Amino acid sequence: MKILVSAKRVTDPDVKVRVKPDGSGIVTDGIDYKVNPFDEIAVEEALRIKEKLSGEVVVVGIGPKEATKEIRSGLAMGADRGVLVITEENLDPITVASIFHKIVEEEQPDLILLGKQAVDGDNNQTGQILAEKMNVAQACFASEIELAEDQKTAKVTREVDGGFDHVEVDLPAVITADLRLNEPRYASLPGIMKAKRKPIKEIELSAMGIDSDPKVVWHGFAEPPVRKAGIMVPDVVTLVAKLRDEAKVI
Amino acid sequence: MGNVLIIAEHKDGKLKKGSLAAFTFARQVADKSGGEFHALILGKDLGAVAEEARCYGAAKVHVADDESLSAYMAESYALVAMQVAKDMGAELVGATSTAMAKDMMPRLAAKLEAGMASDVLGVNDDGHFLRPVWAGNAIVAVEIKTAVKAVTIRGTEFDPVPKGDAGSELVTVAVSVDLGSLKKRFLQFEEVKSERPELTEANVIVSGGRGTKGDEGFKLLEVLADLLGAGVGATRAAVDAGWVPNDLQVGQTGKVVAPDLYIAAGISGAIQHLAGMKGSKTIVAINKDEEAPIFSVADYGLVADLFKAVPEMVEEIKKAKA
Ligand SMILES: Cc1cc2nc3c(=O)[nH]c(=O)nc-3n(C[C@H](O)[C@H](O)[C@H](O)COP(=O)(O)OP(=O)(O)OC[C@H]3O[C@@H](n4cnc5c(N)ncnc54)[C@H](O)[C@@H]3O)c2cc1C
Ligand SMILES: Nc1ncnc2c1ncn2[C@@H]1O[C@H](COP(=O)(O)O)[C@@H](O)[C@H]1O
Repeated sequence: MKILVSAKRVTDPDVKVRVKPDGSGIVTDGIDYKVNPFDEIAVEEALRIKEKLSGEVVVVGIGPKEATKEIRSGLAMGADRGVLVITEENLDPITVASIFHKIVEEEQPDLILLGKQAVDGDNNQTGQILAEKMNVAQACFASEIELAEDQKTAKVTREVDGGFDHVEVDLPAVITADLRLNEPRYASLPGIMKAKRKPIKEIELSAMGIDSDPKVVWHGFAEPPVRKAGIMVPDVVTLVAKLRDEAKVI
Repeated sequence: MGNVLIIAEHKDGKLKKGSLAAFTFARQVADKSGGEFHALILGKDLGAVAEEARCYGAAKVHVADDESLSAYMAESYALVAMQVAKDMGAELVGATSTAMAKDMMPRLAAKLEAGMASDVLGVNDDGHFLRPVWAGNAIVAVEIKTAVKAVTIRGTEFDPVPKGDAGSELVTVAVSVDLGSLKKRFLQFEEVKSERPELTEANVIVSGGRGTKGDEGFKLLEVLADLLGAGVGATRAAVDAGWVPNDLQVGQTGKVVAPDLYIAAGISGAIQHLAGMKGSKTIVAINKDEEAPIFSVADYGLVADLFKAVPEMVEEIKKAKA
């Protein structure tokens, strides 16, 4: 079983970013970068499948040279090798999906496991677009994946509004990970040491022959509206009185 | 922009209220561009929904009513929607951001070679779509350069279209989906039933986090919720712990809500949670830690033990209502 997974380099999910005063971007000084949490879940799932069925896990990152670090985190968790597509541009999901498509054509994986959403751009689009480009099934927002013994299909439980959707997909398919698919492991020290020697193939985006002309362009950022400061109330009696007489919500 | 196509959702023979927000958005866009606004509903046995859908000002309501669409799958729904969008000359296709729309719209966009903006809050004077990024800590203006454009719309940003006369023309969509060619089989929908209002439709939400310590705490919140006719929400921590179903998760990666009143009990106020509720009109936070970040967005903050404060609230509200 060959599984392609992703490790997008994103700003630390727990840091509240601010918009640059001129609106040209967000302030990144002093902010750490991490693997997109959903991608970590995807890597973990791939490793669990590999541990059961054996095979290979290939981690793909698309970003600046520094994004090597996020790919190495995936390798330190146990993935076998990496592919880094180097670009300084902020790519739209169509382009990212085209890049993945190209890599899929070369690597011919049996399964593509992405995150459901990158927590910087919050697009939640890439896996679905990739599945359409590949003309295969998608199973997004997965909370459970069960591969058939013959490894030709997978049963997936999807977290959706009002409950769980159970589907079966033919492989290869694109599955995107939701939060409750698993809890990612921490890399062990030997894992981190080993990862240093695992190969990462580097490709310049410009050398891939992909139309990378952006179809969706970001034109400037603004701060979200701020809430006006509230008050602290001393007790429940005051709280309920305020809700009734001031806010008029009960 | 020319014609706009909105894909509407329905449940139990009724349109979902959330979809009416996308209708409002579509009417705004179509009014400006001089194009037409059309709606599309997909599924099986759609008679009643189709009739209802005629009442919201769409020029046409396309009805794709077929056995092959009885269960939702992105592959089949996007296929039918693509055909309709092409036939009616859509320049913009959209739907309210629900689990279904998030799953299907990017696939439909890819079929139409459309660029897509997720979770749109509005359109600026340049025709750029405004949308939240980085858990709502920045709003970006997005230009979509493709001929056809796709969006999901944040339901909380648009008032639902009021119901009017049944004026829209009904158009029957000829559906030919070969389920065998989809590489996917629908197995089963496991419904998590609840008597309480759905989060995205509730006027009041009582939400709990890790501080509820599980069932015991959520039971207290449910009493308060029922008294207020409220929906129950939760943080990721509470959902991960298995205390409440996953579709109660409010936040960046769960549901985005904006009720008149949001009561957060035992919730710290992580960035990801705030992203889903800070648009609420009035926010109450009950937390025993006065430093909890949730207080920074609360209109009324109460430093207290929820196990004591919530039952007291129930008593006080009963008195206030008497
Ligand atoms: C990729 C990603 C996506 C995420 N998406 C979401 C999301 O969509 N929604 C979401 O909510 N989270 C999300 N999270 C998780 C988020 O980062 C926080 O971990 C989570 O919101 C914390 O939940 P909590 O407030 O219930 O728990 P905690 O942060 O543990 O807070 C519990 C609070 O309860 C208080 N408390 C304890 N006992 C009592 C008591 N007796 N009375 C009153 N107060 C008490 C404590 O003081 C504390 O402030 C996401 C995280 C990641 C990495
Ligand atoms: N630059 C990138 N590098 C690697 N994977 C990516 C990149 N951008 C998007 N992805 C993958 O696509 C998923 C969804 O991203 P998005 O559609 O941008 O929210 C992510 O969780 C990743 O799995």
